[in-house]
Amino acid sequence: MAVMAAMAAGPGPRICEGECAVLKRGDVFKAVAVLRRRKIIFEKQWFYLDNAIGHVYGTTFEVTSGGNLQPRREVEETTTDTKEAGTDNRNIVDDGKSQKLTHDDIKALKDKGIKGQEIVQQLIENSTTFRDKTEFAQDKYIKKKKKKYEAVITIVKPSTRILSTMYYAREPGKINHLRYDTLAQMLTLGNIRAGNKMIVMETCAGLVLGAVMERMGGYGSIIQMYPGGGPVRAATSCFGFPKHFFNNLHEFPLSKVDSLLSGTFSTEMLPSEIEDNALVEEESNGLTDEKQGSIQETEEESITATAMEINQTEEQETMDINAEDVEFKDNKEKDNKENVREKQRKQWERRKKLIEAAALLREKNADGLIVASKFHPTPLLLSLLEFVAPSRPFVVYCQYKEPLLECYTKLRERGGVINLKLSETWLRNYQVLPDRSHPKLTMSGGGGYLLSGITVVLDKGKSDSSSLEALKMEEPSSKRCKVQDLQC
Amino acid sequence: MSFIEYGDTIKDGDTAIVFLGHESMFPVKVQHGTVTQTKYGVIRHSMDLIGKKYGSKVTCSKGGWVFILHPTPELWTMNLPHRTQILYSTDISIITMMLELKPGSIVCESGTGSGSLSHALIRTVAPTGHLYTVEFHQQRAEKAREEFREHGVEHLVTVTNQDVCKNGFGVSDIADAVFLDIPSPWEAIGHAKAALKAEGGRICSFSPCIEQVQRTCLAMEEYGFTEINTLEILLRVYNVRTISLQIPDLGKAAEDNSSTGFDSSNPSNQGSPCTNLQQGTVQFKSSVPQREMVGHTGYLTFATKSLF
Repeated sequence: MAVMAAMAAGPGPRICEGECAVLKRGDVFKAVAVLRRRKIIFEKQWFYLDNAIGHVYGTTFEVTSGGNLQPRREVEETTTDTKEAGTDNRNIVDDGKSQKLTHDDIKALKDKGIKGQEIVQQLIENSTTFRDKTEFAQDKYIKKKKKKYEAVITIVKPSTRILSTMYYAREPGKINHLRYDTLAQMLTLGNIRAGNKMIVMETCAGLVLGAVMERMGGYGSIIQMYPGGGPVRAATSCFGFPKHFFNNLHEFPLSKVDSLLSGTFSTEMLPSEIEDNALVEEESNGLTDEKQGSIQETEEESITATAMEINQTEEQETMDINAEDVEFKDNKEKDNKENVREKQRKQWERRKKLIEAAALLREKNADGLIVASKFHPTPLLLSLLEFVAPSRPFVVYCQYKEPLLECYTKLRERGGVINLKLSETWLRNYQVLPDRSHPKLTMSGGGGYLLSGITVVLDKGKSDSSSLEALKMEEPSSKRCKVQDLQC
Repeated sequence: MSFIEYGDTIKDGDTAIVFLGHESMFPVKVQHGTVTQTKYGVIRHSMDLIGKKYGSKVTCSKGGWVFILHPTPELWTMNLPHRTQILYSTDISIITMMLELKPGSIVCESGTGSGSLSHALIRTVAPTGHLYTVEFHQQRAEKAREEFREHGVEHLVTVTNQDVCKNGFGVSDIADAVFLDIPSPWEAIGHAKAALKAEGGRICSFSPCIEQVQRTCLAMEEYGFTEINTLEILLRVYNVRTISLQIPDLGKAAEDNSSTGFDSSNPSNQGSPCTNLQQGTVQFKSSVPQREMVGHTGYLTFATKSLF
């Protein structure tokens, strides 16, 4: 049986039904929900994941003609029989006629079920110019053909590295163009680790939250601040965290922050109707509808929603959540009376959680603050820093530099922060091959900006000392500018 | 306090960071009865530090003041005594993420050097992970052990004094990730593979020279590593400054009362920059890059050990 064979394959975590896995082909990633009899499109191929279930993560598969996955055995290198090669391309004319196989010929080979490796071999043999190419050019040619015709897919376990790379490549708009190395800086500058009490404010589909949760390993606590009706955690569910990681994850609405800071917080005016549809946000593509609202907490469903979200780029139609996919615990067959009671219970639950979150914030002893959102960072920082203990790091991400300039200025005015640093990272990938090493052709033009700093005890009500403090904390500049620094 | 857990108040035996002003700070070992000299005067540990909250302002004997900060691996990296060239937080950040490190991870590292990366790794894998770090220089290995003890993290790290290229990491089949920052990493690839778990893991090699990278990539391929990827990451820091630029005097046309082009008295030109009519200047806030920046630290090569 397929599962038995998979068991023999070795140690390590296995691909399980209902989980989120990431398909990988070369540098292309795509997150999907592992569900039976669910057609997946990835890199121009259609297939089912059924045969992958039970295999270890990291297994490479081939897509068979039936759309099934088959584990790939050890591959022998495509050897060129003749070591014949040219010295340069001075006599090679690119007239498009050097390949003797036609489109139809190749299609026929594919239809016959000929393996990709064999197709590449055929292409080489039927290329009139192949033996005139230099060894390097031959190498490049083979690599290119392999990439096109050897359709292998690896299934990997999700992690911050993989998901942040995937989101940046596929849906950067959803994460405010936060490049993965910028995210890496945030996690380190923020000293994100097990045991912290973190405040996170992000509108990056839950990717930043997931990254923070991964680095905290389920220890400590997180209070996620959210705009609107509820936090978006689509990407968070891709990580596959164990349930207990969510025990100390709280959320608190931004709309209540002012009242909390001024001491007038109450749970009276809860946007409870909106809270029924917790995942409703501009970003969620309107996949969830009213009726589904109360079951949004189930893991399977949020994973399906995630897969949908990411599938959208390939499949044009909006997919409905398939009812059979989700295991309803209670609600589907209950009668109205029980539905109402259920709703009330949930509302009471939410209220209770809100009060808990408010209490945690009121302690004003958070170990750090992470902000990565589409909103202007200044008001967020000025208010949320109030909840952070002294001598703790904070990091703010912004897609643009200018809002951070303003933030910097306002923070200097406020005082209570030191070591302010505005930065960005420059990232470059390399091709490393013998005699052919160089940076790659394209690189990211920008990955966003970070403003980081450390809180200190705030000296309230002493405006003279705070401006002197600001002066001392300022980077050295030419003497002439100093007066202007204070004025503007 | 500890490098792996926050504390609120300064205690005897803590390592604290004294912050004097922009980019000016140093570590201090808090001890009853001792004093620390600063350019602002003396700090008396018993009176001024012990019992105070981290993040407090402390006034020194000459009247100036400083802030006392809770240590973090990042602050430690900026302030630790260098015994070797160290890795800075920019590289450390991407290494941590690309090696998929988190609480519970088992990591192998060589060479330990000055312990900059080591502290960051320990912080990330705590409380249930472990760092096995190998250093071939005897004194450096001993100093590292001492520092880890002082910083309260010795239970999370094992320092081994040997040559990783000859004798490996001292463990096998247990690591989730391996990091190499040595002159000849290609000689340690085999040992790295042995140290990594059978089910797979991640490896990273840091080398300043491209020739080293080429040899290392070749070795990784030979040993069956996949997803081999080389990158470099650099930090660009901006200083926030208010800049004043003078408006040039282009003279005045004989008949016209208004001047052509940029008119500093026109309200529509004001917006965010503030024009100073007296001095004929325009002011604006700018993010000014530093005069010099770090242009190269090393190339980072990552790869995956997989079953297949």
